[in-house]
Amino acid sequence: MFMILGVPGPLLFGQVLLGLINGAFYAMLSLGLAVIFGMLNIINFAHGSFFMMGAFVSWMLLNYLGIGYFPSLILAPIIVGAIGILLEKTLISRLYKLDHLYGLLLTFGMSLVVNGLFRNYYGSSGMPYDIPGVLNGAQNLGFMYMPIYRGWVVVAALVVCLATWIAIEKTSLGARLRAATENAPMVQAFGVNVPRLVTLTFGGGVALAAFAGVLAAPIYSVNPNMGDNFINTVFAVVVIGGMGSIIGSVITGFGLGVIEGLTKVFYPQASATVVFLVMVIVLLARPRGLFGRMV
Amino acid sequence: MFGLDRDQAIGTLLLIALLIIAPFILYPVFVMQLLCAALFACAFNLMIGYVGLLSFGHAAFFGMGCYVAAWTMKHWHIDALAAILMGGVAGAALGLPLGWLAIRRSGIYFAMITLALAQMVYFFCVEAPFTGGEDGIQQVPRGHLFGFINLNNDMAMYWLVAAVFLAGFLLIHRIVHSPFGQVLKSIRENEPRATSLGYRTDDYKLIAFVLSTCLAGVAGGAKALVFGIATLTDVHYSTSGEVVLTTLLGGLGTVFGPVVGAAVVVSMENYLARFGDWVTVTQGAVFMVCVLAFRRGIVGEIAARLKLSL
Repeated sequence: MFMILGVPGPLLFGQVLLGLINGAFYAMLSLGLAVIFGMLNIINFAHGSFFMMGAFVSWMLLNYLGIGYFPSLILAPIIVGAIGILLEKTLISRLYKLDHLYGLLLTFGMSLVVNGLFRNYYGSSGMPYDIPGVLNGAQNLGFMYMPIYRGWVVVAALVVCLATWIAIEKTSLGARLRAATENAPMVQAFGVNVPRLVTLTFGGGVALAAFAGVLAAPIYSVNPNMGDNFINTVFAVVVIGGMGSIIGSVITGFGLGVIEGLTKVFYPQASATVVFLVMVIVLLARPRGLFGRMV
Repeated sequence: MFGLDRDQAIGTLLLIALLIIAPFILYPVFVMQLLCAALFACAFNLMIGYVGLLSFGHAAFFGMGCYVAAWTMKHWHIDALAAILMGGVAGAALGLPLGWLAIRRSGIYFAMITLALAQMVYFFCVEAPFTGGEDGIQQVPRGHLFGFINLNNDMAMYWLVAAVFLAGFLLIHRIVHSPFGQVLKSIRENEPRATSLGYRTDDYKLIAFVLSTCLAGVAGGAKALVFGIATLTDVHYSTSGEVVLTTLLGGLGTVFGPVVGAAVVVSMENYLARFGDWVTVTQGAVFMVCVLAFRRGIVGEIAARLKLSL
């Protein structure tokens, strides 16, 4: 067995891989938060709940309807995205004229309701969700064994992030969206239905969280608290990256995942806090965040 | 006195009367729990109501107050009042560096940063040896007040908690209605203008933050002694959420709102406790109703209807 910096190579690479996986979830979740924030100017505190709902919907599809993993990957984000759109239409849209903090408080309330309901009906212990057969097993990469599913998560997350980037930066819908982020009344004056655009953006951001939830289902057990565990860290990620750019969210998400993984190897006690320490450093050196604009 | 106007003076006298009657009608431990929650909410209200900054991490200071009061009480056997004040010192000592970091941003970012910093404190408390990790600090003695009043008697403990609460409540009122408080309000209304008038707004915000965290620590310290326990729940972010709910429900930026909010939230928790997670669902629903339809809160609505300054 070969050593790197006094640590066995496979251990190091294993933790880096785990870090990349956590980073993939940070990236997808902070990306959704950033897209929603850009358009709606609210911080979606219920993002973790939508992530959890994504995992639960895929579990329900499998156990109640016998629909497997791959269809779920499409269906669950659509279903959860539709729920998000419904909530945006009925509740969140009433708050746009108010202080942004009310959006945060409303979505916080939503997350309490959703998480509480799921805990009531499904308990906190969590249910297993099997890795689909095709993605089972491990691949020997020479320097380490990589479980195929873990590799798949990283690739799928990268693809989705890239697709989001293309959708926003390279399509005409994305151009309208960016324009509306800059100056909504002006875009509306040009005949673009801005409220519909806002609703779609919210649905899209929520669907992204749900997609991450489906990917997470086989790794972490499906339980009502899975979103909570992520979302606080994701907020720190968002503060570190700033909410200005998509690429920024993705790089920050993956980067922090890897930093967290490496901390687990070299100084495990700090692994839970390292992201927050990075946040402190960034706040001292560059308060607007690495990729952010000053708001 | 204490910057109370006529309405508020009448309200305060009513509050004092209620404090005196309450332990004879209700279970004293329940009222003490309520008072700790109320003081915590008043401290939180100092930030959101008068500086306009939403801290989503106040549990860190409340919880650290709990831990430090419980630890000093258990290991040093100091006077009960000293232990509660140690909670306040802990809250302020933690609030100073965290506040110094957090006030670099405002609005939504301030909320996210305080949440993240509090999460760091939470993980620290999970790992640190002195907190007892998952077990917390248990069987904390209530000890004695001034060396001779035995606080194991619920009524004796009650008078101490009531006095601490009232002192904190009046102190906050005094702060808010001092020239310092007026500057805080001007920062809330228009920060660039306050800056242009020559006020160092960051200093004002930081001082207000530290005062708020200090009182949150005092509330935590009192709670630790009342229940003889300090646990991870007290530093968990759900506690931060609860104090936001309490204050929002009672009325942001009102004098009596946090107290009324605490009465409602604590009673709700007590009476719904047997329904398990329905408490969370109910809290969430109340949160949503407050934000959507009822933003002035209970006291805020009453004050607006009756044209009073409560």
